[in-house]
Amino acid sequence: MAEQKTMSEDELRERTRALLAEVHPEKVDSVTFRRKQFDHGLAWVHFPEGHGGLGLSPKMNVVVHDEISRHSKVIHHDPPASIIGIGMGAPVVLTYGSEKMKKEMLPKIFSGEEIWCQMFSEPGAGSDVAGLAMRAERDGDDWVLNGQKVWTTVAHLSRWGMLLARTDPDVPKHDGLSYFVLDMHAPGVEVRPLYQITGEAEFNEVFLTDVRIPNELMLGKEGQGWRVAITTLMNERVAIGGGGSKKKGGGGIAQLQKLWNERKAGAHSAAQEAILRDRVTRCWIDHELLRLTSQRARAAQKAGNPGPEGSVSKLAQAEMNKRMWETAIDVLGSDGLAFEAGYELKQTAPRADTPEQLAKYQFLRSRANSIEGGTSEIMRNILGERVLGLPGEPRVDKDKAWKEVPRS
Amino acid sequence: MAIDFNFTDEHDELRATIRAFLEAKSHEDAVRTAMASERGFDDAVWKQMAEELGLAGLIIGEEHGGAGFSYVELLIAMEEMGRALLCSPFLGTAVLSSNALMLAADETTQKDVLPGIASGEKIVSLACAEPGGRWGLEGVQMQAALSGDECSLTGTKAFVLDGHVADVLLVVARIDGGIGLFRVESDASGLRRERIPSLDLTRSLATLHFDATPARRVSAGDASAALERTLALGVAALAAEQVGGAQKCLELSVDYAKTRLQFGRPIGSYQAIKHKCADMLVEVEFAKSAAYNACFAAAEDAEDFLESAALAKSYCSEAYFHAAAETIQIHGGMGFTWEHPAHLYFKRAKASELLFGDPTHHREVLAGLVGI
Ligand SMILES: Cc1cc2nc3c(=O)[nH]c(=O)nc-3n(C[C@H](O)[C@H](O)[C@H](O)COP(=O)(O)OP(=O)(O)OC[C@H]3O[C@@H](n4cnc5c(N)ncnc54)[C@H](O)[C@@H]3O)c2cc1C
Repeated sequence: MAEQKTMSEDELRERTRALLAEVHPEKVDSVTFRRKQFDHGLAWVHFPEGHGGLGLSPKMNVVVHDEISRHSKVIHHDPPASIIGIGMGAPVVLTYGSEKMKKEMLPKIFSGEEIWCQMFSEPGAGSDVAGLAMRAERDGDDWVLNGQKVWTTVAHLSRWGMLLARTDPDVPKHDGLSYFVLDMHAPGVEVRPLYQITGEAEFNEVFLTDVRIPNELMLGKEGQGWRVAITTLMNERVAIGGGGSKKKGGGGIAQLQKLWNERKAGAHSAAQEAILRDRVTRCWIDHELLRLTSQRARAAQKAGNPGPEGSVSKLAQAEMNKRMWETAIDVLGSDGLAFEAGYELKQTAPRADTPEQLAKYQFLRSRANSIEGGTSEIMRNILGERVLGLPGEPRVDKDKAWKEVPRS
Repeated sequence: MAIDFNFTDEHDELRATIRAFLEAKSHEDAVRTAMASERGFDDAVWKQMAEELGLAGLIIGEEHGGAGFSYVELLIAMEEMGRALLCSPFLGTAVLSSNALMLAADETTQKDVLPGIASGEKIVSLACAEPGGRWGLEGVQMQAALSGDECSLTGTKAFVLDGHVADVLLVVARIDGGIGLFRVESDASGLRRERIPSLDLTRSLATLHFDATPARRVSAGDASAALERTLALGVAALAAEQVGGAQKCLELSVDYAKTRLQFGRPIGSYQAIKHKCADMLVEVEFAKSAAYNACFAAAEDAEDFLESAALAKSYCSEAYFHAAAETIQIHGGMGFTWEHPAHLYFKRAKASELLFGDPTHHREVLAGLVGI
């Protein structure tokens, strides 16, 4: 990563106003505005100049957001389907991609014109993602891929996939992996929806049959895929655990508080109300401490990619979310028995127009928080072993060739 | 007297028969078909349960065409049904309504309705809770209107088990400064019924609207005590069903933990998973003690029955929810999918926790009864 530059807050605000003078969020669509924002180096100020940034500290990003919101009622936020591209795709392309890839891909990631997905997990390899089986074999200037990925969020909308595949089964698992950027429109890529607890399908199964990827779309060198993947996974944890709400009492807890304050009179006895109020307050405390801890972590974070500390927020947030939405259902009491949105199997989220419906949806959706992006058990292992330095579990797969390790 | 938790050979046989029947009729595909159907259950299976196994009339006296069994047999049936996630009117009709009729209704009504339940011909719903959301009799605000001999009901009843398909409704309402049980026919004027889109698709609930709907009072005097016991009997039965569900979740989890390999080892070899399973086991065992205790107390008409029922519902609710939540977690991404059954148990567990009063409600009841 290039050396960090310094710029005064005033100057950054001035540059943001220059952007707003050229295009104003209230007058143009999201793509148009975000393209210009990228060109001005105001997409991610901690990225280098020419690649959407100004080479500043990541802390300065908030200045840009603040200045935009001072001058515009319309905010073109990160498009929801672009969370993976922005949170994980952009940093990995920046760190390992060729100049050509950076030039072509980064602007479209930020503008939302191209959606990215992450294709790591397979039916046999989730927590142990380095144990994955998808094969990539060299053929001239291309690699030929065969196998199956699973749980691939937004694959059905994606233009590009960050993909990890096995290029050498004869060495220990971490050493035989390589990292590719897959064109999701390439022949042989088949995406099938996978429905989840809510009835919607955020994720998919993706089948690859003789799919060709040009060698130039490999990130890092052959056999170094694991190191590249680590960058993605650490960024994923930050993107997911990314630190709660920006404001005290904002985000999810505001929803719970609203539910509580607008609860039906008489639905609970006085004794139950006292218990529920305490539970809501505990959730509020957890929520606030998550926000403060993330704030502290951000302040400590130097430029560059995050380390294992990301797992603290990821773990805390996952467990807190589940508790928070369980509490919400208990606040609703008997009304929690109804699920107004119904369970239609489709690729979009069910309707959640009211705080009640949102709570019911989140009650179900939050169960994935302790699974997606690394399970809570794996987060605890990381904290125990990599942060606290506790001894690891006995390993049966460490120095064996991948093909000799038992798999289910 | 201490309750002995011995199941006789006949009990074991009954359990085996019900389990075999449900494995054939309420396997996962059958559950998914039933829960997506308009009535919410498979009529043919309900008929077979009544005719071949005598389950619909399990606790109904022989004089009314039932099998005349006790709450010990009922607990076995509920446990098996919970395990199989059976979609059926059993809890609403064979448990709640049968008990309400046997404990609170006049003889004419018993003679008229109970044989129909036992034969599987009549689905009967007990409508007690109202939109306020309280489950006990204290939540009943509906007031029966009398003019001469005629009686009518106006208002709304909520979360009525199978209320959308019931042939007969038993409605709890206030009268003469006390509580009464009223019979309403399914085609009565001013009655409107809607099925609720429920969190738990395996159990159907309805909202019933009454507008000067003709009703017949079938209880004498103040039926409070009889109906309170009816509700507690419902709670004890539900606790047994929760135990069956929790036990199944434990089994699903342990099986998976033994066979799913990550990092070259079964995930059950990691203490994070092994200890989850062990904790589930402790809770399932406690839940069994709680539910069995309540149902044996019901069977023996023990004086601490109300206590045992409140204890069972509060403990079994939380044990089941925890087991179901851990089942999702132990199955990883798979546990979060629609195609895996974990979510069906998870939703059943949460809904059962809320049904008939949540754990804090029952702990409050228990605290009062035991003088805490
Ligand atoms: C909503 C959702 C979206 C997702 N999106 C994506 C995506 O876009 N791209 C992608 O590549 N993947 C995605 N995933 C997959 C996700 O990363 C995996 O589900 C996750 O890593 C767990 O893997 P698994 O499901 O195979 O469970 P397993 O790894 O089989 O885990 C099963 C259980 O065993 C436990 N376990 C496993 N190993 C250990 C250990 N060593 N010690 C203790 N416990 C252990 C786990 O904690 C879990 O409880 C998504 C998952 C979900 C639920």
